[in-house]
Amino acid sequence: MKCQEMLAMLNEYVDGTIDPAICDEFEQHMAGCNPCQVVVDTIRKTITLYREGRPHPLPVECHQRLHAALRQRWKETHSTGAKPAAS
Amino acid sequence: MTKEPIITVTLDMELVERAKKGDMDAFETLANRYEQRVYSLALRMLRQEQDAEDVTQQTFLSAMQNLGGFRGEASFSTWLLRIASHAALKVIRKRKGLDTVSLEEATEEADSYGTIPHPEYIADWRQSPEELVRKNETQRLLEDALGKLDEKHRLVFLLRDVEGLSVKETAEALGLSEANTKVRLLRARLQLRELLTRTLGDPERRVMRAHN
Repeated sequence: MKCQEMLAMLNEYVDGTIDPAICDEFEQHMAGCNPCQVVVDTIRKTITLYREGRPHPLPVECHQRLHAALRQRWKETHSTGAKPAAS
Repeated sequence: MTKEPIITVTLDMELVERAKKGDMDAFETLANRYEQRVYSLALRMLRQEQDAEDVTQQTFLSAMQNLGGFRGEASFSTWLLRIASHAALKVIRKRKGLDTVSLEEATEEADSYGTIPHPEYIADWRQSPEELVRKNETQRLLEDALGKLDEKHRLVFLLRDVEGLSVKETAEALGLSEANTKVRLLRARLQLRELLTRTLGDPERRVMRAHN
């Protein structure tokens, strides 16, 4: 299997969603190629790190401002009652 | 042993339907549910807190405005992340002084596997992800690496690998072909792997590329 072909399948191989027919060829190559094994392994670890990492917490003030803005907009677009008479 | 209480979570679609009928609390519940993820995506794309906050607000205001047109073909979260992605890309293009006329056009550039750089620094890491995740300096390293990616690739990685959208959903969210999405994803993954391995890799176990 040519390197280019392997690259095209690398995402699926890493994700474990590779077509079984192509998987065999891939596995054959991997069995004899330590660098490729390490690359696949470190790609998986990279993804895991980002997936498991702590997301950025939304600052409390941001949250408050967001919800204030949402409530404001909601009122503006959903007001159906007659407007109070001008004083 | 006490029994676990059964917790029912109102499904997104049910909340959407209630919101469409005028239930503001339902919409707020949706906002509470997803604001963290939207903010996190925006911050990682824009790397600036005020911009991230603005995009977060824009995203939910836009969702509120367009809720009537959302019929659930995609999941609510995918739909929301699509809005957030476009809002973030718009900010980036504005920063670069580019027109925002056609975001789809601008982002859909043909890409191929032929020009993807091959891995250079190949070494197993000294610590496992589980050990690394607990350290503060790891977070810094992750963010620095993300910042080095072209935003086209960064966005695909964030949606697919961090947010867990499928390739198909990611492609739909960004108006890309699945093929193009996969190439960008691979570029992102390989580049991040490369950057992280330079710091986390064990130099004593470094192996050289066996082939081209």
